[in-house]
Amino acid sequence: MAAQTLRPIPLPLLAVALLVGLGVLLPLAYLGLRAAQAEPGQLVEIVLRPRNLQLLLNTLALLLGVIALTTLLALPLAWLTSRTDLRGRRLWTLLLTLPLAVPGYVGVFGFFGATGGSGWLSGLLGFTWPRPTGYLGALGVLTLFTYPYLFLNLRAALLGLDSALEESARSLGYRGYQVFFRVVLPQLRPALYAGWLLVGLHVLGDFGVVSLVRFETFSYAIYLQYSSAFDRVYAAWLSLMLLLLTGSLLWLEARLLKNLSLSRVGLGSSRLPQRTPLGYGALPAYAFLLLPVVGALVVPLVSIGYWVLQYPSGYLSWEGVVQALENSARASAPAALLSALMALPLAYLGVRYPSRLARALERVAYLGYATPPLAFALALIFFSLRGAPFLYQTLALLVLAYALHFLAEAIGPVRSALYQAPPRLEEAARSLGFGPFQAFFRATFPLLRRGMLASMALVFLSAMKELPLTFLLAPVGYSTLATRIWGYTSEALFAEAAPYALLVVLLSAGFVGLLLTQER
Amino acid sequence: MMETAFTKGEIPLLRVEGLTKRYLKGGPPVVDGVSFEVAPAEIFALLGPSGCGKTTTLRLIAGFERADEGRVWLMGQEVTRWPPERRGIGFVFQDYALFPHLSVWENVAFGLRHLKGRERWARVEEVLGLVGLTVFKDRKPGELSGGQQQRVALARAIAPGPRLVLLDEPFSSLDAALRQTTRDEVRAMLKQAGIGAVLVTHDQEEALSFADRLAVMRGGRLEQTGTPEEVYLRPRTPFVAQFLGRTNLIPGEGRGGWAETPLGRLSLVEEAHGPVLLSLRPEGLGLAAPLGHLGERQLEGVVVAREFKGHDLTYRVRLGSRELTVQEGPESPFRAGDRVRVLVRAKAVVVGQGRQEGT
Repeated sequence: MAAQTLRPIPLPLLAVALLVGLGVLLPLAYLGLRAAQAEPGQLVEIVLRPRNLQLLLNTLALLLGVIALTTLLALPLAWLTSRTDLRGRRLWTLLLTLPLAVPGYVGVFGFFGATGGSGWLSGLLGFTWPRPTGYLGALGVLTLFTYPYLFLNLRAALLGLDSALEESARSLGYRGYQVFFRVVLPQLRPALYAGWLLVGLHVLGDFGVVSLVRFETFSYAIYLQYSSAFDRVYAAWLSLMLLLLTGSLLWLEARLLKNLSLSRVGLGSSRLPQRTPLGYGALPAYAFLLLPVVGALVVPLVSIGYWVLQYPSGYLSWEGVVQALENSARASAPAALLSALMALPLAYLGVRYPSRLARALERVAYLGYATPPLAFALALIFFSLRGAPFLYQTLALLVLAYALHFLAEAIGPVRSALYQAPPRLEEAARSLGFGPFQAFFRATFPLLRRGMLASMALVFLSAMKELPLTFLLAPVGYSTLATRIWGYTSEALFAEAAPYALLVVLLSAGFVGLLLTQER
Repeated sequence: MMETAFTKGEIPLLRVEGLTKRYLKGGPPVVDGVSFEVAPAEIFALLGPSGCGKTTTLRLIAGFERADEGRVWLMGQEVTRWPPERRGIGFVFQDYALFPHLSVWENVAFGLRHLKGRERWARVEEVLGLVGLTVFKDRKPGELSGGQQQRVALARAIAPGPRLVLLDEPFSSLDAALRQTTRDEVRAMLKQAGIGAVLVTHDQEEALSFADRLAVMRGGRLEQTGTPEEVYLRPRTPFVAQFLGRTNLIPGEGRGGWAETPLGRLSLVEEAHGPVLLSLRPEGLGLAAPLGHLGERQLEGVVVAREFKGHDLTYRVRLGSRELTVQEGPESPFRAGDRVRVLVRAKAVVVGQGRQEGT
């Protein structure tokens, strides 16, 4: 156990950190409050509606389906790019990671724009390729755009495995595939759990894909209830059920990880494992690698290109595109700043005053990230209506929602920067006559600039693409890139959606580029 | 006693009394009732093995840590509860902690908030000149060698004109050749500027040559305080005797001015009675060829090992069941296996009273 230092946490720092934590928890509390307003009879009726069961089954079927399919896809991909003599492993890894940055609704736009009567694929093939809708559509699209979470985790684990273990198994008489199932796979469990959790949270939180392919999960139902039926108590209950599902997923992961202890026994650095020569298997291997690249990158890009060229410049000017870009930026930029500023005290607390409280506060920040955005948005609406009516339907509320939701993304870079600024710098400043705050801002803060900028950029780019929070919280008539793409795609106006999709894809590329520079 | 090197009535630059610090609630104290005084312009060293609490003591004086018990005075003013920035004490960190985003000039100017414009410029130039770094003033710390960084750290600490500077193992990251010259320079500079200093080190040679007075620390407590000569020549405990260079610990029976020991009768520096533990430095012993006519009346032993170090030579000599370390000049002729006569040339120092667990 880490030593609990007796150094007292400075009160202002603690106050700010607690306030940030409260910012995430308070809206969720209001969600519960609103749900509890139902009368007992109504309550029983709401909770026991048969539709809930249908939604639960749909959501679970999608969750398990995506998890199974992403595993079947990501495991061989990770193995091929880490353990074989494949050519261009780094390039493949990059290409296979890229879909992560493309939002699901752009993916749906890509497939819708390619298929159906008007799609370019149909023109190319000469017959009408059916549009991906319903369960299979949601399953396919979500798999293509979430498998990188699992792929990255598994690849890192495969590269980190001690090859001596596999060689021992070989020397004890096991054949190659036996070694894989008996030695390698069991050791990949932590990576699998971590990847599954990320994929699962993404599926539970997804709104863009399920709403466009019209598959009714909790998220979609919450949206329908809120936007058309105006039954807010029921929407609150659906949100609570979704939160419960999310909580179960987090609990399950923690439980599974608890009984695992797979750290290396003994000292010495492990050697890189030998690469398996593919031989004649190389061709099918390349074909398999191409599958997700074509599905998640080529198809959307071709769709965007095809439909941008069809863009009716005659009667629609580019003004709308510029307006939406500006709207997205006007909400995302202050959110990025706010998020980085909130991340600073949390990261500082965690690095300089490691304690149970600091860990708990950081977890709260991650909770804001894990909470399905629609449920979080709804919680913020209830909170603002009750606690701060002046915020309701304002840009400020949207900014706050972005900042709290993406706070977890902002903490990482700030924390790494803090680890590189030794506490002695602040002590040196103190001994030279500066008070604690001045010492921090003069000695440590200048070293955090890069980390803060990276945090802001990550949050900015994420917020620019955000859909469900924007949907529920943006002021009336305030449309952003994301809401425009969703709106046009749902009405099959692909040419109108294309320029917006192009912008989002460019922003996504920037996001990935930034992540890659951060890794170094 | 002679523990304070200054006259009665003069206010000490630094006074520390009963300083105690625990890092874990209810755990063992890291610093345990430490008391000492430092006179104005005096250089004081805290010497001890790693983990003995010396750095923590320094951090308590600087105000980076808060003491559980005990008090700290600076020039007669109690500062125990003061934050570090109010104390006006310079601090030089082991890894220097230079601000990487600031140039050498800006690092030195960092603490000169009270000075503006020309005065500030003049002070920075003055201090840079003092440490001989004027030509490097526009460089960033990352572009300097270890020795230069060390001097910037010192310049930064003394620029605001503190009366007291705390040095936390400041020479340990320098290579051996650089260490000696830097040490001499720093000492000369502190003396010239009339700045008092507390140095923390685990290097006994450094403490002996750098400090006016020193304290040997072990397990959070001060075992002995005094001038380098006092502590080296008159250690009070076996630990102090062993930590400050090699020594031979010999049990014996005090009989006033001498003691009965396995090496025969040894003269004592101070009178003692009853069972005692004695320390005899290797340089207080010598070797000669055995003389046949002395027979049993000489201390005859066998050379077990010979370690030639250039300026001197160290022998391990077996004498009955006991091994002694003996230092001789570089021309001493004996080899392993030779029979030798051990000569006792110095008086022994009592480092423990009562039965000891032996050597």
